[in-house]
Amino acid sequence: MTWLRGYAALYLLFLYAPIILLPMFAFNDSTIIAFPLSGFTTQWFAEIPNTPALVKSVQTSVFIAVITALLSTTLGICAARAGAKYRFPFKAPILGFIMLPLVLPEIIVAVSILVVLLALGLPLGLWTVVLGHTLICTPFCIAILNSAFSNLDPSLEEASFDLGESRWSTFRLITLPLVMPGIISALLISFTISLDEFIIAFFLTGTEPTLPVYLWGQLRFPQKIPVVMALGTILVALSVVLLIIAEIARRRGIARTGGKDTGGFL
Amino acid sequence: MPTFRNSETARGLTLIAPPALFALFLLAVPLAAIFAFSFWSQDFLTIDHTPTLKNYREAFSEPLYGQLMLRSVLIAGSVTLATVVLAYPIAYFVSFHVAANRKSLWIFLITIPFWTSYLIRVFLWKVILGYNGVLNTSLLGIGVIDEPLTFILYNANAVVITLAHAFAPFAILPIFVSLEKIDRSLLEAAQDLGENRIMAFLRVTLPLSVPGVVAAVLIVFIPTIGDYVTPRLVGGPDGLMIANMIQTQFLRLNNAPMGATLAVLAMAIVTVISLIFVFLNRRWLRGRKA
Repeated sequence: MTWLRGYAALYLLFLYAPIILLPMFAFNDSTIIAFPLSGFTTQWFAEIPNTPALVKSVQTSVFIAVITALLSTTLGICAARAGAKYRFPFKAPILGFIMLPLVLPEIIVAVSILVVLLALGLPLGLWTVVLGHTLICTPFCIAILNSAFSNLDPSLEEASFDLGESRWSTFRLITLPLVMPGIISALLISFTISLDEFIIAFFLTGTEPTLPVYLWGQLRFPQKIPVVMALGTILVALSVVLLIIAEIARRRGIARTGGKDTGGFL
Repeated sequence: MPTFRNSETARGLTLIAPPALFALFLLAVPLAAIFAFSFWSQDFLTIDHTPTLKNYREAFSEPLYGQLMLRSVLIAGSVTLATVVLAYPIAYFVSFHVAANRKSLWIFLITIPFWTSYLIRVFLWKVILGYNGVLNTSLLGIGVIDEPLTFILYNANAVVITLAHAFAPFAILPIFVSLEKIDRSLLEAAQDLGENRIMAFLRVTLPLSVPGVVAAVLIVFIPTIGDYVTPRLVGGPDGLMIANMIQTQFLRLNNAPMGATLAVLAMAIVTVISLIFVFLNRRWLRGRKA
């Protein structure tokens, strides 16, 4: 099956093409984003901290992403735990509805929330973006936490009850440590999604743009693009690091609960 | 033990309540609101709440809307076809030809590019596909073409290429999962019974992986139809899609009801196409079993 191997290599090249090009242009000594490259420079990276609007937008995005990660992971824990452990009426439709934002086009989510805010006369701001992001991140958290909770051996919790622990102390002492890698992975994934999300932020942001909304504005000015490339390089490096940590956490979690690694985040 | 059952039900409902209520207020209510908005009208900044079908009449009579809707469906369809056809061999390769302990590394490698900034990725496709872009300069450099290719930027082709890249893992993962579930002894059985490799693939592997392919088709088709960034950055005037018009109605023309109408119609079209697809597929599967 050598042709299949060759195809796989070409396909990976296709997948990684934009990421390979990004640092090339970030270190390229020219405002024109095209080949041939003209020389090496770090001036675009040096410009990042000297652009106050950019620094502000990074702070805004990180703030939104942290709150979103905490909220959506908490909601995800509730849903994944309920789904794995309990039977209750309308379970499948309720869980299905919570997962719906996973397949809904983001623009629909964005405009429908916008319409409600308009109708209620509520102002747009950071919290409206947080709410929108939490809605789309929760299904991802549930997907990750589902495997963590369903790999959990129920006899461990039963043993803890038999030894006289209360329901809450059992959760804290037995369940939580076992699913902690899943929780860390869910926090990191939702943080990454929120940091990168554009459409919902574009519609729901007030006067303070998030990083992607700021970048979107910069893409219209050719002379600003090298700085965008430099920032993009940093972001890519950062998300790769976060993802590797998330992946290690996920694998460790599977190992801890004694499950088999089936691969992937989704 | 009815009390135990009751308490289990109660615990389950209490736990599911926070995410369910959140989805109710941020998804169900907004979707209902957008449906209501589509029957209202707007004069500058005041919204007239008298129910009217004016927006729907306009949506159906104005050729531009129909054209954008049709183009969105065609582009999303082409993206889905391209993505799934290109993704299947990769999923197959990882599932059947990669050692078990290296599978998750491959899946990880495939998913990494998609957790990096979507905006920047789309912008880089513009750089790759442009007149003086990476693709054209390299093809010119090695002498494959004499002048830059122009059919790959600022049109629907560019949108299809870029989106086929953006949605690759969404197609690979479900197909991979369905291939992983196939009992390998079935393939041995097929070969023992005299099928060659290709026939064994066509008669055993492919039919058994259909659920994954169906999931891949839906998970790519549904979100692509509403994509905003890609058509705007690489689509040019002839590659714009319905999401661009929805955005224009909401944020430029200040006509939220018309934007809501287009959003409702887009959702309706996606739902109908997906249902037809799932229905045809069920019938086909049942037909095979009979």
